[in-house]
Amino acid sequence: MLKLENLSVAVNGRQILHDVNLHIKPGEVHVLFGPNGTGKSTLIGAIMGFARYKITDGKIYFNGQEITNLSVDERARRGLGVMIQRPPTLRGLSVREIVHICGKNDVDVELLADKTNMLEFLDRGVNDGFSGGEIKRSELLQLMAQQPDLLMLDEPESGVDIENIAVVGEAANYILERGSKKKGKSIKKCRTNRHKSGLIITHTGHILEYVPADMAHVMYNGTLSCSGNPQEMLSCIHQKGYEECINCAE
Amino acid sequence: MKNEASIQVKAAAAVDKKAALGEDIDFSAFTNKSTEKAYLTDLNQLSDEQQADLAGIGIEVKEEARAATYMQLDHSIVHCNTVNKDVEMLDIEDALKKYSWLSEYWWQAVEPDVDKYAARTALQQNHGYFIRVKAGAKINYPVQTCMYIGQAGVVQNVHNVIIVEEGAELHVITGCATDPKVDKGMHIGISEYYVKKGGKLTFTMIHRWGDGVAVRPRTGVIVEEEGLYISNYICMHSVHDLQMYPTTRLVGKGAVSRINSILVAPPGSHMDVGGRAILEAPETKAEIIARTLSTGGVVINRGHLLGQAADSKAHLECHGLLLSDKGIIHAVPELEARTANAELSHEAAVGKIAPEEIEYLMARGLNEEEAVATIVRGFLNVNIEGLPDALMKEIDSAIQEFSLA
Repeated sequence: MLKLENLSVAVNGRQILHDVNLHIKPGEVHVLFGPNGTGKSTLIGAIMGFARYKITDGKIYFNGQEITNLSVDERARRGLGVMIQRPPTLRGLSVREIVHICGKNDVDVELLADKTNMLEFLDRGVNDGFSGGEIKRSELLQLMAQQPDLLMLDEPESGVDIENIAVVGEAANYILERGSKKKGKSIKKCRTNRHKSGLIITHTGHILEYVPADMAHVMYNGTLSCSGNPQEMLSCIHQKGYEECINCAE
Repeated sequence: MKNEASIQVKAAAAVDKKAALGEDIDFSAFTNKSTEKAYLTDLNQLSDEQQADLAGIGIEVKEEARAATYMQLDHSIVHCNTVNKDVEMLDIEDALKKYSWLSEYWWQAVEPDVDKYAARTALQQNHGYFIRVKAGAKINYPVQTCMYIGQAGVVQNVHNVIIVEEGAELHVITGCATDPKVDKGMHIGISEYYVKKGGKLTFTMIHRWGDGVAVRPRTGVIVEEEGLYISNYICMHSVHDLQMYPTTRLVGKGAVSRINSILVAPPGSHMDVGGRAILEAPETKAEIIARTLSTGGVVINRGHLLGQAADSKAHLECHGLLLSDKGIIHAVPELEARTANAELSHEAAVGKIAPEEIEYLMARGLNEEEAVATIVRGFLNVNIEGLPDALMKEIDSAIQEFSLA
């Protein structure tokens, strides 16, 4: 579904990402670990096409087609969806209105708001005075309406209390179509039916308790230094920190 | 009238007095001569184009759901019709003859010698309306008034008085416009509004003047104990030169005023618009909120809160959005406390649309133009109670037009 080939990205003239290669197949969820300031958010921003992330080399393919030079909205229309860490405040635009925009006016706003505990926020300005957790729920509510094929989440659990991490996780699963456990279907069949994919940046790994991931990568100094089983890598990072990654990268 | 002589003397001494703010307008470029226009028994006697113009400034041509209607074309009152018996609406000149007590209100909220525009109106006034709501009467439907320039080059000098008696409630919608065929004119409007104890006046004014029109309203409002004055001012179309600085005095304990303005300045427009709230009595509250947008024109947005009494509280907010490098938005917020117990605050921000906001909406599927239009619409979205549908549509289409420009 998403393929990055030798992607290098600069921000304000400074090279942040170097020669990144990544392949996310349909139905797969990948997580991205890594210390602060190592380029994880840059990667998501560049995939979405935000202007401040200048692609200096390499290519981005989505569903088999190159999207390296497409506009942000064209990428969104093709099925990319993103939750950035610090979205802007849009005072005069209500949450209800932006959810309608995301769902192209064909969406049951109240139903989705109920799922994300956002009913009482629907008529407030987008992110206007929202707490960290409220921002995440608002973003996921929008993404539930948008229904992207590739869901990119930048630290979905940061600033969210324990009670709401479950809400965030369920919302992510809803978008990834992983929540419905239909009777009589084998695990294998459930897996093969999945076609929505995800790329999730996480520091703590808490989100993995709700959203199972298929593959993990560690980003260090702007490169993907190693990849592997998410749980194994997480426990390794918990035990040894990112020092091991430095060794890998070197 | 008992103080007529002193008003005339004061005004005569101020005929050349330049205003404190705004460019000095040369009256010689205009004429005070206007042909008398025929009275219209029904507003549908206006041309289709004029009727559409009126709808765009909030005037219901069919007068449905309206308590009363007043329309002045140049110097002629062409329509004056009252439906609700609790509302009294008259030509101001008739009201002055009918009620000797009106002198207690005449030129009391605006000084006749404040500048040459007020002086000119005091000396050569061309009508204006008088609206009074009886004590305790709550008027369900708005009263609508329209000031219209239909003759090229004419100066309209009007003087309006609104009195909301104790405990009464009234919404006035005023639409001011110039005939689309007229390229030049001037409007001077003296407005004195009095909200008595416990009364409520909502005053919504929509301006649509045109490229060659100079506008100098002079407005004074006096609000008594527990009274409420809400003003909504909307100017989203081109105007050559507009300068106004209405002053609201909160003279009774617990009086409240809320002033909202939405200004959109296209290229060639010069708008110097402000407002002053004077909190003269304890526990008074005032709020001045402005949203200004320039697509190439000049906006000077002023605001002055003057806290003179204990436990008075006021907030000023001016937000400006510049959509063109050729435009100018100049915000001038002023806070002045003259007692330790006044609580005054302000919030001002002027700038262009942040690219992050545009990209945020693009990431939700809107193209760049749609994203800008959505942000602009949100920016100008100050909740205004009771606006007619036709006007809401007009505002929406104006926003669309400007944000796509």
